[in-house]
Amino acid sequence: MTKKIMRGILAAFAGAVLMAGTALAADTKAVAISNFAFDPPTLTVAPGTKVVWTNHDEEPHTVTSASKAAPFKSAGLDTDEAFSVVFNRPGTYKYFCSIHPHMVGEIVVK
Amino acid sequence: MDTTSIDRQSIGPNEPGHTRRGLLKCMAWAGTGILWTMSGGVPKGFGLGGEAVASETGGFTFVQISDSHIGFKGAANPAPDATLQQALAKIAALPNRPALMLHTGDVSHLSKPAELDAAAEILKTARLDTHFIPGEHDVIGDDGKAFFARFGAPGAAPGGWYSFDHGGVHFIALVNVLGFTPGTGGTLGPTQLEWLEDDLKGKGASTPIVVMAHVPLWPIYPQWGWTTGDAGQAFTYLRRFGSVTVLNGHIHQIVQKVEDKVTFHTAMSTAFPQPAPGQAPSPGPMKVPADKLKSMLGVRRIDYAPATGLAAADLTLAS
Ligand SMILES: [Cu+2]
Ligand SMILES: [Zn+2]
Repeated sequence: MTKKIMRGILAAFAGAVLMAGTALAADTKAVAISNFAFDPPTLTVAPGTKVVWTNHDEEPHTVTSASKAAPFKSAGLDTDEAFSVVFNRPGTYKYFCSIHPHMVGEIVVK
Repeated sequence: MDTTSIDRQSIGPNEPGHTRRGLLKCMAWAGTGILWTMSGGVPKGFGLGGEAVASETGGFTFVQISDSHIGFKGAANPAPDATLQQALAKIAALPNRPALMLHTGDVSHLSKPAELDAAAEILKTARLDTHFIPGEHDVIGDDGKAFFARFGAPGAAPGGWYSFDHGGVHFIALVNVLGFTPGTGGTLGPTQLEWLEDDLKGKGASTPIVVMAHVPLWPIYPQWGWTTGDAGQAFTYLRRFGSVTVLNGHIHQIVQKVEDKVTFHTAMSTAFPQPAPGQAPSPGPMKVPADKLKSMLGVRRIDYAPATGLAAADLTLAS
């Protein structure tokens, strides 16, 4: 179930600014969504890393980029659902939960 | 823990409205509920057993329900549809039939059409004239398209907000769960604020105003997003009115406050409770023992009489 959702989301992002690179090449890093917070709130990764967010709360959350320049936007993630983005280009990508906007995080690619 | 809370706001068009304001003074966090201490001879039993006060005095009764979260399956309440039905049964058992029902949002849990349809099916069994606004759970992924298609008010502004009059009371339904920006709570936005200013123009200051919105319109706990960033602007337009009653949802518990001529109330959910501010690592659904759940869910009854104003009484599903 979770895998299927992830694949669907990845497919949806193919061709977007960030590009869903081939999973083979991508190193994977996780961000947990627990207790209404992104953990870790700041994650630093190398270019080409796939970042996977998994919602561990009973409450739905989203992963929504804060900038229009590099858009990524998950659907509402229910308990145990995941979302991933491959970050190819160096930069700082701030994001938040569009359901609970006080939840903020960032991915630093360098 | 008794989560029943009663308050009586005696601010009507026929009195200046300052005398009794000092009565609602003391708000105490007590475990998982809120207790209100009252003084000054306000009849504490009012509304709970049900004198048919309102209809005898030329007024009317209406009810508020909130946060039904249809589609929620978590341990805090695996059957929110059943508890919503129990909430409607509470309302049906009131001594006088409410003229209106207000739903202050989070009708669904994940904004799914199937959830919204299931909620609509249950809610229509109440056979009440029901007015809705969305919660953030009702606008996930589609900015509320599926929600508004089912529960939108005819003639509402493109953003979903609207107002109407009933029995001498002006009701304003605000949407503060769209256009969120990082690091904030609820947002009304400049377009809606402009509409509100316009909507209130020409209304006499003695018109009782009821404002409904999902996220609290005052800062209850901004660390958890329990606030609306630009609500202050709205109150600059509401300030001149002699009686303003604000009805919110979102936090799944009763918190009330009186500030000058404005009375603020958040409501219990019909689905599951949430922790008191700062009393848990997060504001997520709070699991309580099964026998306790019903005492933390409920509905709000509000009686309006022209001579005495609005009086609110919260009824738990256990009461
Ligand atoms: Cu809710
Ligand atoms: Zn909410």
